[in-house]
Amino acid sequence: MRFILLALALLGLAPMAEAQQRTRLTVYTALENEQLAPFKQAAEAALRDIEIAWVRDSTGVITARLIAEKANPRADLVWGLSVFSLLQMEAQDMLEPYSPQGGEALRANMRSSRSPMTWTGMDAFVSAICFNTVVAQQRNLPRPATWQDLLDPRFRGQIVMPNPNSSGTGFLTISGWIANMGEQGAWAFMDRLHENVQQYTHSGSAPCNNAARGEFGVGLSFDMRSVTLKNQGAPIDIIVPTDGVGFDLEATAIMRGTRNLEAAKRLADFTVSRTAAELYGRFYAMLALPGVEPTVRGYPAEFAQRLVNANFADIAAARERLLAEWQRRYDGKSAPR
Amino acid sequence: MGKPFLAQSGVIRPKASSDEISLRIIQALGFLFLSLALALPLASLLLRAFEDQHGSFVGLRNFAIYVTTPSLVRSAWNSVWTAFITTCVVIPLAFAYAYGLTRSCMPGKWIFRAIMFLPILAPSLLPALSLIYLFGNQGMLRWMMDGGSIYGPWGIIGAQIFYCFPAAAILLSVALSTADGRLYEAAEALKASRFRIFLTVTLPGALYGLVSASVVVFTLVVTDFGIPKVIGGQFNVLATDVYKQVVGRQDLNMGAVVGLVLLLPAILAFLLDRWAHGKRTATLSGRAVAYRPKPRLRRDLPAFLFCLSVALALMVIVAVAVWGSFIRFWPYNLSLTLDNYDFARFDTAGWQAVWLSVKLSLITAFVGAALIFIIAYSLERGPQRGFLAVLLRLLATIPLAVPGLVLGLAFIIFFNHPANPFGIIYGTLAILVLNSIIHFYTVGHLTAVTAIRQLDPEFEAVSASLHVPIWQTFGRVTLPICLPAIFEILVFLFVSAMTTVSAVIFLYGPDTKPASVAVVHMDEAGQASAAAAMACVIMAISLSAKLMQLVVGGLFARFTSAWRR
Repeated sequence: MRFILLALALLGLAPMAEAQQRTRLTVYTALENEQLAPFKQAAEAALRDIEIAWVRDSTGVITARLIAEKANPRADLVWGLSVFSLLQMEAQDMLEPYSPQGGEALRANMRSSRSPMTWTGMDAFVSAICFNTVVAQQRNLPRPATWQDLLDPRFRGQIVMPNPNSSGTGFLTISGWIANMGEQGAWAFMDRLHENVQQYTHSGSAPCNNAARGEFGVGLSFDMRSVTLKNQGAPIDIIVPTDGVGFDLEATAIMRGTRNLEAAKRLADFTVSRTAAELYGRFYAMLALPGVEPTVRGYPAEFAQRLVNANFADIAAARERLLAEWQRRYDGKSAPR
Repeated sequence: MGKPFLAQSGVIRPKASSDEISLRIIQALGFLFLSLALALPLASLLLRAFEDQHGSFVGLRNFAIYVTTPSLVRSAWNSVWTAFITTCVVIPLAFAYAYGLTRSCMPGKWIFRAIMFLPILAPSLLPALSLIYLFGNQGMLRWMMDGGSIYGPWGIIGAQIFYCFPAAAILLSVALSTADGRLYEAAEALKASRFRIFLTVTLPGALYGLVSASVVVFTLVVTDFGIPKVIGGQFNVLATDVYKQVVGRQDLNMGAVVGLVLLLPAILAFLLDRWAHGKRTATLSGRAVAYRPKPRLRRDLPAFLFCLSVALALMVIVAVAVWGSFIRFWPYNLSLTLDNYDFARFDTAGWQAVWLSVKLSLITAFVGAALIFIIAYSLERGPQRGFLAVLLRLLATIPLAVPGLVLGLAFIIFFNHPANPFGIIYGTLAILVLNSIIHFYTVGHLTAVTAIRQLDPEFEAVSASLHVPIWQTFGRVTLPICLPAIFEILVFLFVSAMTTVSAVIFLYGPDTKPASVAVVHMDEAGQASAAAAMACVIMAISLSAKLMQLVVGGLFARFTSAWRR
């Protein structure tokens, strides 16, 4: 009897003892759902004593949550969130300064310029056009190759884009235009584009989702979104315009006030490692770590040259003003046309 | 009309002071509970309206910025007129439907009762999706739109009518379910026309229900951001303004400003409630003979046809969504598949999220219904004067006017504060339960109040004179008579907790992600069919709960309410 109890205890306790040694890190993220499992698996394989507990939501929701939790942070780490969000948190002193080992190897414009660093980039995602080929045929729409092409009067009422006041993707799109055409040029461009826009949506995914369903011909969104839709059989093409696209970084930061600082630092080290970069390369074409070949398909070879030269800190500083100006110009429409 | 019968019964109050004291204590406990779980969290968020992002006090500066933003007035006006039209459409529809259910002898009442709930048995994404499948630019019934677009105010109103119908129908059917048959006999004996009876007996009896249903619908429309977000296009309303400030610009301070503006309907609701309270009449006095409608074809046939057409419309919308959960990809690949139900392919939590939601909703329903009913009882039968009762009444009305988004953030700021001893529930299932109870408190409270008000206070007066303690009267008389209403609250809470998104999206932890949130995530990721599938699972579970209520309620009525016959 005693033997059985002992055996049971051993059976029960052995795995528990192992589990107890693992540090559980709460990681807030806006990564795509399908990326969560592989990222967790890779990190836990590399760091045997760390367990990742994800809290995943859209960029806006997760950022609002992080800011609301500021007094008593629940996240140990943020892994895979827009750099604009991180800069906003940096301004509120919410990030723990730490330069991860190997962080200097990242491209200079894809990591924090502070020393020690407050955030490190993972990869870039770009604004892009989701183009429904079936709708295009029905309504005789030309295939756009540049942003300027969207000003063609044939696109009148065919374009959907995210409202930058509601969606990070929307802001990414207009910040790209501003970086590319200068502020005056960008407003002039948007004034004309406004004539062709059918709807400004609140969600960054909605334009591409709706273009895929044929609700609209053209949706402005970001490149990652279309992959899932295409796999389900949506007749959409993803177009990365050749006249310069805005991009946003997915980035990592340790939250100031984490109760597991040591473990968080080790996970931060992992997120800038080569192993991690190869993982990002399965989903993204532009990586923060030079010299790693992305394995994602469907991107043009000269993709990197299409990215506008963006200074994230400057754009983030001008964000409030740009959003207010956008709202003044375009958000007043009371009824959709 | 009705006053001469009932006026005197209202003035007899239970005299036993020990009863008064125990009811007063319950009121105080209820006040404590609602202060901790509602007033303090809201205050800690709304105070941010007077601060800047770094927490320093800026007075009314945020309000000045907000008022000078040109879109504000337009948003407010848009909110008001869409809510007004929705209310004007929903209330007559719901009243006629509830009238058919309670005052006619049409066949199949229990089926109509179940169908009436369909709109709130699934997350709001489901009707939005099926409206797009029906009336969108690729929709099956697009020709009915006559060239118009569903993306805009008319889409919002259409979806809101569908979504608010159940809340109005519940309140009105509770209001109409009990009536004193003697009033009708007297009216008939006096040779009053049917129309006159309707105007002078039926309507006044349901007045409180009508007022609260209108207030509920109006406020629901004003505070909901789910529907305008999905099909509103760029038609701005106050609720999407909050969304823009909080989720779009991460400006909690401005979000708090708009949140404060949104509380105005709550105050209006409170004043209306007080007004209706002054006009209250107990329709079921101690001497009442329960009214039982007699079969009459000229009333029953139109009632049946009306309920049938409303029920069919509701069912079509739901059926389209169910079909949408089995197709591969709308509208290009309509072949059927079961793959959409293999949730682990789309979301790491998979089916776990569904079981978590069931657990969350069960706890919410049982704890919530008990709390709500007891507090409502202490308010209705306890001391009416004094600021405690008035404040408690106000607190019970507020949750309706608080957008889920605002409540969720308020919970974060209050419960996550390092100095708050209740912080231990943060990140656990308990905070989701508490949040759901508070979020849906008002409709439950109004249902309880409507039911209790229909009981004559004479019951308590008689038991007081017989020296029966009030809790015994409560247990032996009030509770059994009100049991149908309590079941109603129970199932309403269960269903609401199964489907809610707006508040819990800010509160779930790594191990407590509910299915309703998973639905939103899958839809955002472009997996509309999978999102519809999980929404259908939620709906199936909610529907079983509803059917169970109807069966249990029916059995119970057979055994206990024989006196009603």
